Amino acid sequence: MEKEALISAIKEIVSPYTEDKTTLENISEETDFITDLKVNSANLVDIVLDIEEKFGIEIDNDSMAKMLNVKAAMEIIEAKLAENDRK
Amino acid sequence: MNPQEILAKLPYSKPFLFVDELLQIDENGSTGTYTFDKDLDFYKGHFKDAPVTPGVILTETMAQIGLVCLGIYLSESANTEMKAHVMLTSTAMDFMKPVFPGEKVTVTAEKVYFRFKKLNCNVVMKNEAGETVCKGNISGMVTAKMHD
Repeated sequence: MEKEALISAIKEIVSPYTEDKTTLENISEETDFITDLKVNSANLVDIVLDIEEKFGIEIDNDSMAKMLNVKAAMEIIEAKLAENDRK
Repeated sequence: MNPQEILAKLPYSKPFLFVDELLQIDENGSTGTYTFDKDLDFYKGHFKDAPVTPGVILTETMAQIGLVCLGIYLSESANTEMKAHVMLTSTAMDFMKPVFPGEKVTVTAEKVYFRFKKLNCNVVMKNEAGETVCKGNISGMVTAKMHD
């Protein structure tokens, strides 16, 4: 999947969970969900569940623990999609 | 874990314990009851000369019976070493009927999901006539610490 398309998909998923629309508008790989977008831990779970549904992947506890910024989320999505392709 | 063991683990006491009995609990949900003591302090002011149980207290009652009892059950069944606390993170409630001092209510909670320590439940509260007094969705994080 194209990098830009992936960021844009993440941006759409995160949108309902952040009040910081300026940061969301300028989202990049470096954006941190908690410190930059001010998402709380409970909403971070919802973001991950929405990512699972959108991409048809299953995120395990270890991946969840790493899912703190956009770059990590992109790497995990790409890795899980590749796993699905191999199956 | 049986209902008595869960009640013993609740971190509340009077005047903020809103669970009398836990009738049923399993991995999918819980059912419990509470009778609102007519001498509870908030009735003096909510409202002046016309006591009605505040919506926040109904929400708390549903959270204690649904979210907290179920959260303790789910996490301690998985890990008996862990002392579980449940932090309320969001609620969406509809209130249909008033609950007056002395009324007994029954709360039923159904788990929607429990993933990455977040428990989300649909909850319904009924009065003794079997009428729904409030219902909604409630969620919280199950943690090992009281504060985070």
